[in-house]
Amino acid sequence: MALLDVQNLSVRFDTQDGSVRAVDGVSFQLEEGETLGLVGESGSGKSVTNLALMGLVPAPPGVVQADHINFAGRDLLTLTAEELRQLRGNEISMIFQDPMTSLNPLLTVGRQLSEVLEIHQGLSRREADRLCAAGLADVGIPEPETRLAAYPHELSGGMRQRVMIAMALLCKPRVLIADEPTTALDVTIQAQILELMTDLRERHGTAIILITHDLGVVAGCADRVHVMYAGRLVETAPTAPLFSLPVHPYTRGLLASVPTLTGDPTSALSSIEGQPPDLANLPAGCAFAPRCDYAETRCRSGPMPLEAIPGESAPRTVACLLATEIAAASGGAR
Amino acid sequence: MSTPVTKATDQPLLAVRDLSKHFEVGRSGGLFSSRPRLLRAVEGVSFDLHRGQTMGLVGESGCGKSTTARCIVGLQRASSGSIRLDGEELTTLSARQWLPHRRRVQMIFQDPYASLDPRQTVGSILAEPLAIHSTERPKARRLRAMALLDAVGLNPRHLNRYPHEFSGGQRQRIGIARALALEPELIICDEPVSALDVSIQAQVINLLKELQQRFNLAYLFIAHDLAVVRHICERVAVMYLGRIVEEADRDTLFTNPAHPYTRALLSAIPVPDPAAEATRNRILLPGDVPSPVDPPNGCPFHPRCMHAPEIPADACTRDRPQLLPRDTASRPDSPHHCACHLP
Repeated sequence: MALLDVQNLSVRFDTQDGSVRAVDGVSFQLEEGETLGLVGESGSGKSVTNLALMGLVPAPPGVVQADHINFAGRDLLTLTAEELRQLRGNEISMIFQDPMTSLNPLLTVGRQLSEVLEIHQGLSRREADRLCAAGLADVGIPEPETRLAAYPHELSGGMRQRVMIAMALLCKPRVLIADEPTTALDVTIQAQILELMTDLRERHGTAIILITHDLGVVAGCADRVHVMYAGRLVETAPTAPLFSLPVHPYTRGLLASVPTLTGDPTSALSSIEGQPPDLANLPAGCAFAPRCDYAETRCRSGPMPLEAIPGESAPRTVACLLATEIAAASGGAR
Repeated sequence: MSTPVTKATDQPLLAVRDLSKHFEVGRSGGLFSSRPRLLRAVEGVSFDLHRGQTMGLVGESGCGKSTTARCIVGLQRASSGSIRLDGEELTTLSARQWLPHRRRVQMIFQDPYASLDPRQTVGSILAEPLAIHSTERPKARRLRAMALLDAVGLNPRHLNRYPHEFSGGQRQRIGIARALALEPELIICDEPVSALDVSIQAQVINLLKELQQRFNLAYLFIAHDLAVVRHICERVAVMYLGRIVEEADRDTLFTNPAHPYTRALLSAIPVPDPAAEATRNRILLPGDVPSPVDPPNGCPFHPRCMHAPEIPADACTRDRPQLLPRDTASRPDSPHHCACHLP
């Protein structure tokens, strides 16, 4: 049984301008020790999906619905606020994009770290401090004992993100949700942090949900990738086949628009024309159809189920009526 | 007959020589000391930019790339060095003397949410530079604003809308239209696509290239994303701790980088190809960028450099390497400079 099993998750925000469907019928499983990449652009619902898992969607205006969200045999939807609080930071923890705003500037790093252990494991301050120093050493921070007395502003961006990771891992969580963990960092520091996360996963066996807009980051770290567009999953596949043969036109467009270090730099980049749709006012049928080169009349009505492609060996699902034709055409070309 | 013309085009549009910008950050010997503590944001930067060309300025946060740009547009006064636009020295100009040059050098900013006044309509945002710098009448300015919107791929009829009615990518197009309003010769693009989504980023890069062709614009393109830089810049300068450490044409820099920092930067970019990612030899730099208030002795990169221990006589920790030409016998027209003790 999967460690985390999300079935038909929807999140909507009831605003003055109408109901915004941020997440619409998303289902996925996360296995023990795997890294799942969740890719999409701003407003695609990737962050809200994970806030919903953690019970952090503000209500009102947020409304979370799902058939179930099973984590290690328990349905998170049925837990009380207090039970969820015990779970968060303990069995499921999260690291955010901006390490400056997610740390409290008025408290030392040591105080913020030990709080986690005092709350979740009832440790004394002294025991907690010892474990915190070990936690900082674990994420490659030199002189961890002295760093405990430092305030966040005394650390560099990369160091702060290491502190966030150390904090998230203190209670040895089974699931780590990393929401754009390297987006605010420079490339050389990003490389350090990605290396660290891969290393920690191998040593602790933590399952990771890696949320990012950067396809390069996913290619290097994730076992499987789920692509989101306008609140829905549009393609799910193991990493290698997703990149070698993207099927959904959005995935294809996204991959083609990434500037690379190979290929002809003088040619125009291929881009997806138009803008992502307004979530309060989604088009009928496929949400991507207005920007899609392949779109036909039948794409503009009815549900777009996420389905396997007949005859493909890789466990891939695609929410596109033309998936079979596109896969056959591009598979044949290779 | 054509000699003067050739001479005029040979002169770079922008020539930056030995540019430095220091900021005072407190006192070095305590509160009452008379010696200021200096943050050396930019230190001895030199480069040329020709008409219609794009020069990339690349580096990580705090390397001085934005400060360099701000000195060139006159938002910061250079501490020393020279900035010449078409041969005319800019660093000694007074604010009033700057004004006629402002229309020749414009800027596009990183954050399309923060760089447009939320209380002005798009029409008035685009007409404002015209009102300041030209004698056109309001009606003519309005028509010009519509033409600008059309040039950047927006609907000219959206002139009366406010910035919040546009998406991030559309706002960046408005920022580009504003920079184009005065028909500049040089546009400084400070991280113009890094706040945009990938699919939108590609649209904006293509737009910038198209406008460059159409208006013969020169771009100074500041970015941290080397893959983006590769798609738009003919020449690239890599900065580290306020200095240019390597400068070359695009092909040389990306296929044959000489400085260990450039190599590390290139190898750190995640590539959207799992097979390539698995086999790549990634150079992981240890530690962080040192503080520009207290830069290391010798080569500023030596504490993180994997080659420093190989260089004899502790050269890297003692002597700062000069930015010197490499052997470019194969392409004499395209100089390649690098500041490194590695042979």
